[in-house]
Amino acid sequence: MAVINPFKEAADAIIEAGGEPVKSCYQCGLCTGICPWNLVRSFMTQRLIHQAQFGLVDLENEDIWLCATCAACVERCPRNVEIIDIMRAIRRIGVLGGVTPKALRTTMTSIGTVGNPWGEAREKRADWAKGLDIKMFTEGTEWLFAPCCTPAYDPRARRIAIAAVNVLKKAGVDFGILGPEESCCGESARKAGDEDLFQSLAKNNIEVFTRNGVSKILTLSPHCYHAFKNEYPGLGGNFEVIHYTQFLAQLIDEGKIKPTKELNKKVAYHDSCYLGRHNKIYDEPRKILNSIPGLELIELPDSGPDSLCCGGGGGRIWMETKKEERFSDIRIEQAIDVGAEVLAVSCPYCMLNFDDSLLTMEKGDAIEIRDILELLQAAI
Amino acid sequence: MARIGVYVCHCGTNIAATVDVKKVTEYARGFESVVVARDYDFVCSDPGQELIRNDIKELGLNRIIVAACSPLMHEVTFRRVCAQAGLNPYLFEMVNIREHCSWVHKDGDLATEKAEALIRAAVRRVLYHEPLEAKEIPVNPNTLVVGGGIAGIQAALEIADSEHKVYLVEREASIGGHMMQLDKTFPTLDCSACILTPKMSSVGAHPYIELMTYSEVEQVSGYIGNFKVKVRRKARYVDQDKCTGCAECVKGCIAEVDSEFDVGLGKRKAVYIPFPQAVPNKYVIDKSACFRCRACEPFCEADAIDLEQDDEIVELEVGSIVLATGYDVFDPSVISQYGYGRYDNVVTALQFERMCSATGPTGGDIVLKDGQAPQSIAIIHCVGSRDKNYHEYCSRVCCMYALKFSHLIKERTDAEVYQMYIDMRCFGKGFEEFYDRLSEEGVKFIRGKVARVTDRALTEEEQGKLTVCVADPILGGMIRVPVDMVILCIALQPRPDTDQVARLFNIGKSRDGFFLERHPKLDPIATLTDGVFVVGCCQGPKDIPDTVAQASAGAARILALISKGTLTSDPMTATIDSMRCIGCLLCTEVCPFSAINSEISADGRTVAVINESLCKGCGLCVATCRPGAANLRGFTQQQLLAEVMAL
Repeated sequence: MAVINPFKEAADAIIEAGGEPVKSCYQCGLCTGICPWNLVRSFMTQRLIHQAQFGLVDLENEDIWLCATCAACVERCPRNVEIIDIMRAIRRIGVLGGVTPKALRTTMTSIGTVGNPWGEAREKRADWAKGLDIKMFTEGTEWLFAPCCTPAYDPRARRIAIAAVNVLKKAGVDFGILGPEESCCGESARKAGDEDLFQSLAKNNIEVFTRNGVSKILTLSPHCYHAFKNEYPGLGGNFEVIHYTQFLAQLIDEGKIKPTKELNKKVAYHDSCYLGRHNKIYDEPRKILNSIPGLELIELPDSGPDSLCCGGGGGRIWMETKKEERFSDIRIEQAIDVGAEVLAVSCPYCMLNFDDSLLTMEKGDAIEIRDILELLQAAI
Repeated sequence: MARIGVYVCHCGTNIAATVDVKKVTEYARGFESVVVARDYDFVCSDPGQELIRNDIKELGLNRIIVAACSPLMHEVTFRRVCAQAGLNPYLFEMVNIREHCSWVHKDGDLATEKAEALIRAAVRRVLYHEPLEAKEIPVNPNTLVVGGGIAGIQAALEIADSEHKVYLVEREASIGGHMMQLDKTFPTLDCSACILTPKMSSVGAHPYIELMTYSEVEQVSGYIGNFKVKVRRKARYVDQDKCTGCAECVKGCIAEVDSEFDVGLGKRKAVYIPFPQAVPNKYVIDKSACFRCRACEPFCEADAIDLEQDDEIVELEVGSIVLATGYDVFDPSVISQYGYGRYDNVVTALQFERMCSATGPTGGDIVLKDGQAPQSIAIIHCVGSRDKNYHEYCSRVCCMYALKFSHLIKERTDAEVYQMYIDMRCFGKGFEEFYDRLSEEGVKFIRGKVARVTDRALTEEEQGKLTVCVADPILGGMIRVPVDMVILCIALQPRPDTDQVARLFNIGKSRDGFFLERHPKLDPIATLTDGVFVVGCCQGPKDIPDTVAQASAGAARILALISKGTLTSDPMTATIDSMRCIGCLLCTEVCPFSAINSEISADGRTVAVINESLCKGCGLCVATCRPGAANLRGFTQQQLLAEVMAL
């Protein structure tokens, strides 16, 4: 007879690791219903939460690493359960128990040793900026420009950083970079359950920033934005943090950036999870796109708070997702269906995922993936 | 010369286990003014009370102190004991050595010291007690009922049937409220209009009810037993004395708007009656929709159209007020996933009621927007309720009406019915049995909160349908249920003007936004303003039996007041020494009960005067008064100072 026996020590451990929100769940199952994983396979979010409550989570099961922390569930949960915190708590136990999937383990080691997830040398962190005449941040520089490890190191995403500095220079913004001194913000490491790594990264970064006299940070990635703005203050790092979409929308309002060149394209904007649902930034990216003459902004189905995750958060950007199980594939189809010529993004992870999807779907000609910065760059 | 009796209660072990009651009694005995000090097991018991009564008579006591539980528990009891023994009840003082002492301290020695100190303070205080007389205020036997739905109708009828006058003020052109919009009621499946219209008729014909429809309350002043109310009787543009309700005018009218009664599913003209069984059966012209073209005039044989009418203000004097203003429904457009407003065949529960109703836009036929009969219908529970993103509370009626809908659908169509629920709340009499009956009718239940309703088909089956996506935990995964129609069980929510109405009648709101009752368990009918009662859904979502019960309870309370004829006012009200008053009138600004007015004194100065009927004895004016002219009977400056100095 198979009887289920709750395991109190495991349940307590999950609560201690930050899984307190399990208590508020009233088992309605909305989280499962709205989770993007259920568009491509079966994933019972509610079951994982219920198992956590009774200490019955199977830590050997790969399912606990599926959550992309997109917050679709958190957005709609009728009890306001912080489901992502529960996932994080389960993963923390997993990390401590040594069951981290290989891909993640490699990434964490990389971040821990060379300060970036790509296994590249720390010294090369500012190589992307060579020849672009960007100054190093010193005491007195107004903005620290944090490009994020992905544009800094990944050749596909590098163009985002380059577009960014071109726009910033044209707008006369006083900014500088820190280069090899700074490390990965640690946001995804934390979501992937490596709390110790996150804390050491954060404390390190805070020390570096403070020592260099940083007070204002301009980020490229919504994930870095989220970490610096929402998670660093808890560890003593209090900076004024802004995402480039907020910053540039402001500059456009103030007339410091004037998009004058026409860009006659139909553009669909994809709300990134960490700008949108996590930080409620929906209007500014659209404001920038609408300011570009000739650009026709189309809304995707599932936009704004309903946006469909690209699948990159929660550490999944470093993991392999099966071809039939990629949300980014569905998103590309949606964009093509609404007649968009360009799918505009505001996050390096989204860019990587959509680029990958385009390639593997063999729809290379059907649509372009561009960061908002690239479109703006072309318009000024 | 004070002759004080002190009674120290053991309260079983509640006090005696921590406080050394013998020692405390001995301590009390030590005061010169204390003639007798006794300790007793339960002073509130009959023998305990008898002890006090005897002592008063035999020892000529003129002040009584009982050191026991909280005054909230037994102050009334012991005051009555004093009165029974011929002593003015306000020469009594209660000392709390339970909730304030034995129940909150662990150290027995310290607790005993504290008890002694509290009694010492009381002994000093009672020296300054004066006999006080409660006043009798006359009570106006008329009642105002605001809102003519089932709650207002029930309350009005019960009071009027006792041959006391009721003014029933209703905002719409007819009484009936939301209950009139319903088709059948659970669990008996009675026709709603059929059980409501006899009551409406009674109201219309009742000699003791003055019905004011198309009217709103504008101003309220006064206090329990003596309210003055201004009511605006909105201009109907149709002479009510001439109108015969023949409906000919409608034929002429060319102005058409969405019908509120049909929740936007149908239209009405600018000249209209909300529904066929309206009481009064008189037409009205909606000013905001009317073109003033007068196309209706030639059709009216009674010559009743009068576009020159003005609003009329009437003043009423009543002793009690019943608020029965009802509820509003949640607009689910904000839940983008459910597609309300985007998809034709996603409707709200109230809209579906209208569809089922014989007087509704489809004449009682359950049909899709294009007129076809639905093959399958999904009913989604908890839309806007039990959801911290909208309303945290449960709307109480939806599980039951969802079952009712299932029955009506099964009765009138061949459609498959699905219910997506989180819990099935069938708590009332006959409710669980109704649920069982519905299960036998073949309704399919899925336990899951719906994630989305979409028209994007993934399979052949889903083409042209609305697909409901929900996780079924028992089956163990997501299921997609293609249906023709989706009914949303929307939340009952407070009306949009709840804030204004609350301010008008000086009552509060609870956290959920409905009107605040005096006590959630023991008094869900009265409010913190004496004389104003809340009944029905304006106090919180509930079904018809509970509404009727609450309305009857409100009526009973009011009849009790009317039958008594007078009110005994609490004599512990504020006083103002007009000789000391400098007329700064700061007290009038701080009084939460608007109980202070300014007057000209006999020697021509502006002074503040307390309206003792409104005064609740809160003491704010006393604290505010600079020259010390304000004082509070029962809590005079002298009494309080003596108490504090003794401590």
